[in-house]
Amino acid sequence: MALAPESIVPGKGLIGWIDQRFPLTKLWKDQVAEYYAPKNFNFWYYFGVLSLVVLANQLITGIFLTMNYKPSSAEAFASVEYIMRDVEWGWLIRYMHSTGASAFFIVIYLHMFRALLYGSARKPRELIWIFGCLIFLLLMAEAFMGYVLPWGNMSYWGAQVIVSLFSSIPVIGGGLVEWIRGDYYIADATLNRFFALHVAALPLALVFLVIAHLMALHEVGSNNPDGIEIKKHKGADGHPLDGIPFHPYYTTKDLVGIVGFLLLFCGVIFFVPTFGGLFLESPNFEPANPLQTPPHIAPVWYFTPFYAMLRAVPSFAGTQVWGVMVMGAAVLILFLVPWLDKSPVKSIRYKGPMYKIALAIFVVSFFALAVCGLKPPAGIYPTLAKVCTVLYFLFFILMPIYTKFDKTKPVPERVTGHD
Amino acid sequence: MIKSWVLIAVGLLSGGIAAAEEGDMVLQHSGADINNVESLQRGARNFMNYCSGCHSLKYLRYNRMGTDLHIPDAELKKNLMFTTDKVFDTVNIAMAQSDAVAWFGKQPPDLSLIARERGTDYIYSYLKGYYVDHTRIWGANNLYLPNTAMPDVLASLQGLQKPVFKNEPDANNSAKMVLVDVELMSPGALKPEEYDQFVRDIANFLDYAGEPIKAKRQSLGVFVTLFLLVLFVFAYLLKKEYWKDVH
Repeated sequence: MALAPESIVPGKGLIGWIDQRFPLTKLWKDQVAEYYAPKNFNFWYYFGVLSLVVLANQLITGIFLTMNYKPSSAEAFASVEYIMRDVEWGWLIRYMHSTGASAFFIVIYLHMFRALLYGSARKPRELIWIFGCLIFLLLMAEAFMGYVLPWGNMSYWGAQVIVSLFSSIPVIGGGLVEWIRGDYYIADATLNRFFALHVAALPLALVFLVIAHLMALHEVGSNNPDGIEIKKHKGADGHPLDGIPFHPYYTTKDLVGIVGFLLLFCGVIFFVPTFGGLFLESPNFEPANPLQTPPHIAPVWYFTPFYAMLRAVPSFAGTQVWGVMVMGAAVLILFLVPWLDKSPVKSIRYKGPMYKIALAIFVVSFFALAVCGLKPPAGIYPTLAKVCTVLYFLFFILMPIYTKFDKTKPVPERVTGHD
Repeated sequence: MIKSWVLIAVGLLSGGIAAAEEGDMVLQHSGADINNVESLQRGARNFMNYCSGCHSLKYLRYNRMGTDLHIPDAELKKNLMFTTDKVFDTVNIAMAQSDAVAWFGKQPPDLSLIARERGTDYIYSYLKGYYVDHTRIWGANNLYLPNTAMPDVLASLQGLQKPVFKNEPDANNSAKMVLVDVELMSPGALKPEEYDQFVRDIANFLDYAGEPIKAKRQSLGVFVTLFLLVLFVFAYLLKKEYWKDVH
């Protein structure tokens, strides 16, 4: 959406002064006021902006938590209780941050699901999707390290289990784990470096990637529920006929979505901040104790689908490395989605029954895996996890086949209405 | 060293380590209500008089408790503070750790966060679950925490309870006595309903101690929700106004 040079006339006053030295008005116009987005965004298109809201929430509340948190194994747990009790509004800041972590994964998962619904990862948006996958990967690292910081017993043992996974790598495993921990067990040194990564390195990389994600999006333009390119039909003014300026149309619409989200978000913060032990787990109210494991070790809910896959793969040839590889592959395979989908249409609205069934099975397996990861591996769960792991991968592996042979409906030339 | 961590990781992955000492009895419902200030005040009294000799609340300050539970400083000092005269101190115990370990085998845990960790139902049930067991060093055992290290300190109030066993065939189909319940054997100073209320108040107080802001958080949440609902209506109307010209 680069503006024609003649349209930028240096204004007067402060803004004019700035514009001659910095592209303030140009940026505003390019990215917001004259960024033309399809007019037919539906419910699923709220989750992008909601991810931004949650990211801002995490960054701001994180700064205030850092002011009072002590990253040492001797003081970390007590400093969190200090924040909860003695710091003015500290309880609110902490609950906003802890609830924000879970909210982040909820909105990100829904945001990714939206891309699967409407083919948002497809050409020409492959790079947007790849940036997004990298954000997801970094977010998992960020969440994991943040989870260790309160130094509760589940933090401790969760870290123990996850970090130990690297030890299954042949030859270098043992040394690698020692290098990650900075000690022979999860200890003060581990907590210190996780803190550094959690508050400096990873957020910096995340913000950078989010900017890249948005720049790539604004370069090619947004997809929409019909999965058609609005740039194909432009008016006399050069703007897409089915596009409307992001501001004021989507700023006002997103505001509705944001307030709606805040209603749920604040509902959790003020009434059920632990969310029944899912967002804040009860064993984590006991300080880290290297001599006593919690009754049942499970990662936080947003990791459980991947944890279930890890456990579903049996040990083979005397090593657990296969499970680790499967878990890694479950995330890495996401990167390939733009090239796996061979359908001539992007949106599920015009795709045939095969894709719809495949996506439905995928969603059900993902939820089932999440449940399996939360439960102890007994009864039906180990078998269920194995079946669902296979189904999870089949969704991607078979995608080139079922999207190619699937019946599709004709795609309209122009977008079909709006909310 | 590294080998052992691998083993632990593999063990955790394949089976998960179960803590064998946990009781698996269904807990009784405590009925604790964080908004019942009188119950919290009684709970504070009960805790300070019966529990705080051994159990600290190291994250709870006396004057924070005084403010939240409407107990003036003078009352706090006179009736509830036994180890310090500074109201801004936290609730600590005088017993040395080495003594505690020598007497009980372990240090009695700090109870600041016990309600957040285990819930009020657990505290309530636990305090009602003691029974006479002469095989234990203190002559008492607990239905909800088998082989507990804590003596039955509330026996003078509750009275003594005896275990109730049931015959259940085990895996080999041979009869096995299974502990299923407890029943009152000799009454204590309190009637059963009075004792229930006594321990309910303690559970409630520990719920408060686990998160002193809890009651305020919930009442604040009502206003936050109402504000957001109003904001939602205006945001929706604003959107509708702007979108009038989108066809």
